Amino acid sequence: MAVQGLPGPAAQPGGNGHRQPAAITVAGLTKSYGDIEAVRGIDFEVPVGETFGFLGPNGAGKSTTIKMLCTLARPTSGTARVAGHDVTTQRDLVRRSIGLVFQDTTLDNYLTGAQNLRFHASLYGVPAGAVNQRMQQVLEMVGLWERRDSVVMTYSGGMKRRLEIARGLLHAPRVLFLDEPTVGLDPQTRASIWEYINELKRREDITIFLTTHYMDEAEHCDRIAIIDHGQIVAIDTPEALKASVGKDRVQIQTADDQAAIAELGREFGIEAAMHEGAVTFSVASGEQFVPRLFAGLHTAIKSVSVSRPTLDDVFMSYTGKTIRDAEASGTDQMRQMAAHFRGRR
Amino acid sequence: MATQTTEAARASEQAALAGTIRVAVPEHSLRTDLRAVSIVWRRELIRFQRDRLRAITSLIQPLLFLLVLGTGLSSLAQSGMPPGVDFKTFIYPGVLAMSVLFTAIFSAASIVWDREFGFLREMLVAPVSRASIVVGKCLGGATIATMQGIIMLALAGLAGVPYNPMLMLILVGEMLLLSFTLTAFGVMMAARITQFQAFMALTQMLVMPLFFLSGALYPLHGLPNWLSFLTRIDPLTYVVGPMRHAVFSHLSLPPDAVAALSPPITWLGWPVPIMLCLAIVAVMGLAMMGVAIATFSKPE
Repeated sequence: MAVQGLPGPAAQPGGNGHRQPAAITVAGLTKSYGDIEAVRGIDFEVPVGETFGFLGPNGAGKSTTIKMLCTLARPTSGTARVAGHDVTTQRDLVRRSIGLVFQDTTLDNYLTGAQNLRFHASLYGVPAGAVNQRMQQVLEMVGLWERRDSVVMTYSGGMKRRLEIARGLLHAPRVLFLDEPTVGLDPQTRASIWEYINELKRREDITIFLTTHYMDEAEHCDRIAIIDHGQIVAIDTPEALKASVGKDRVQIQTADDQAAIAELGREFGIEAAMHEGAVTFSVASGEQFVPRLFAGLHTAIKSVSVSRPTLDDVFMSYTGKTIRDAEASGTDQMRQMAAHFRGRR
Repeated sequence: MATQTTEAARASEQAALAGTIRVAVPEHSLRTDLRAVSIVWRRELIRFQRDRLRAITSLIQPLLFLLVLGTGLSSLAQSGMPPGVDFKTFIYPGVLAMSVLFTAIFSAASIVWDREFGFLREMLVAPVSRASIVVGKCLGGATIATMQGIIMLALAGLAGVPYNPMLMLILVGEMLLLSFTLTAFGVMMAARITQFQAFMALTQMLVMPLFFLSGALYPLHGLPNWLSFLTRIDPLTYVVGPMRHAVFSHLSLPPDAVAALSPPITWLGWPVPIMLCLAIVAVMGLAMMGVAIATFSKPE
């Protein structure tokens, strides 16, 4: 691919071992549909090879952001570069470097799995000699090689999603966009989709950008941006985000709970109380505290459990509401936007 | 250059590590666009092939017109026909045009369908020009509509039309032209109309007037002015006329009988040459395809 001589400051790799440019760079990006501000100025960077997640309720601006990054929607203002190419001025270069798996299926139900992939291979100019081999590779990765000659109409929802992931990878994109990759699937199928995505991270040198409104899925990401009302409210690794909420919850069972509570207050300056039949207290990093606890506490300890804050707690602490509350209020706005889209497409 | 080599080196290194086949998506060029045209066209054929029911059902209406209406009206129409000419022969070119008309416009409906089922997006995000997708669609629709017309053509004997190779060739060519223009028309509409029901309602509303005004069922001379005017603005007229001319010039009939049954299309008394008729249809088709391309190329 000829990428030399392109304008713009986002430096191309010089070939002298310098830091690779980011897979995605976004600065001051906004998008309005009439009066509705779907995205209100976001900035972030995704390094090559990272799995980056956009977490937020429906209607928060996740899909709009993905549309802009994939050149399907023009930003109202701000810039975005994907795989080193500007999404407004170098649309074709961007499209050639990305794979897309949309929220809604975009397969031809009347064609077989293999025919859908061949169609894609031709549109993306995959060399004719490489199509069969590459097709087998991606279909085997998602476990659909045996079913390649069945008409897609006969596939289950999970199989269709897997076929779309395989198709998104067929032309070996540098960045793969997954818009709500597991929405509408049962928990078992969701788990298997994640197995494939994790397998993919091992096998291909690829950056993955995904959106989700499932907390447990965000845990699979290297880093997460929490987005609410079109703005990024927090961005970090899942661990760091959870740590930022503060404290882990430690529960211990002891020979003498009252003595333990008194001792915790005296020796460690910790306020403990009985919850769920155990001595319960919060500390900054529970795992590191436990050895000190064993060393310092004279009361015999029967059992210890440390629980981390969940991303639910994180979302709550940054937005002041749970993701489910946010969904309920976001739905109206989303509907409005969906209607807007339908009118245009 | 440095960029390219490091990238290539990195890619091959990665490939060696992971056993991945590296695919370098090529630069956008005429070749990639032609490949896109060809795959969009082939998809239409695959889908048509799979949908036998559609092929059969779209034969029913033209057959009804040819056999039922043609036979039923023949006793009435016979007085106006020269001896030895069947009314069915007279309406046969119109019936051919009709079978093409339905298939072509319905194949354009697949764009609306694709939009509803999301597949259109798969095509629109691809790194190919939108023009190549529209051209592929138009050619695909034109091909299957012509194939449908060829099935009707195989029944020429029922209408007393001889299986003359030259005649068949001319008719296939004219059907191809008509199918292309009608598909382009359908695609142009489908570019704007996003709901399937609305598209179907609109095309249903247009199909019958197009057919009735084309002179498929009656000769175009001696009509009242208002009707004469309407027939002249119906694009179908400019294909049905040449098709009928082809059929009658391959029957052994006296010239005055041919002149009565297949008079040239006239503009204020000026006979429009056959080639100009066909050129009008071709230009309309290309223009409508151009509008469709422009509509699809507009970014969001």
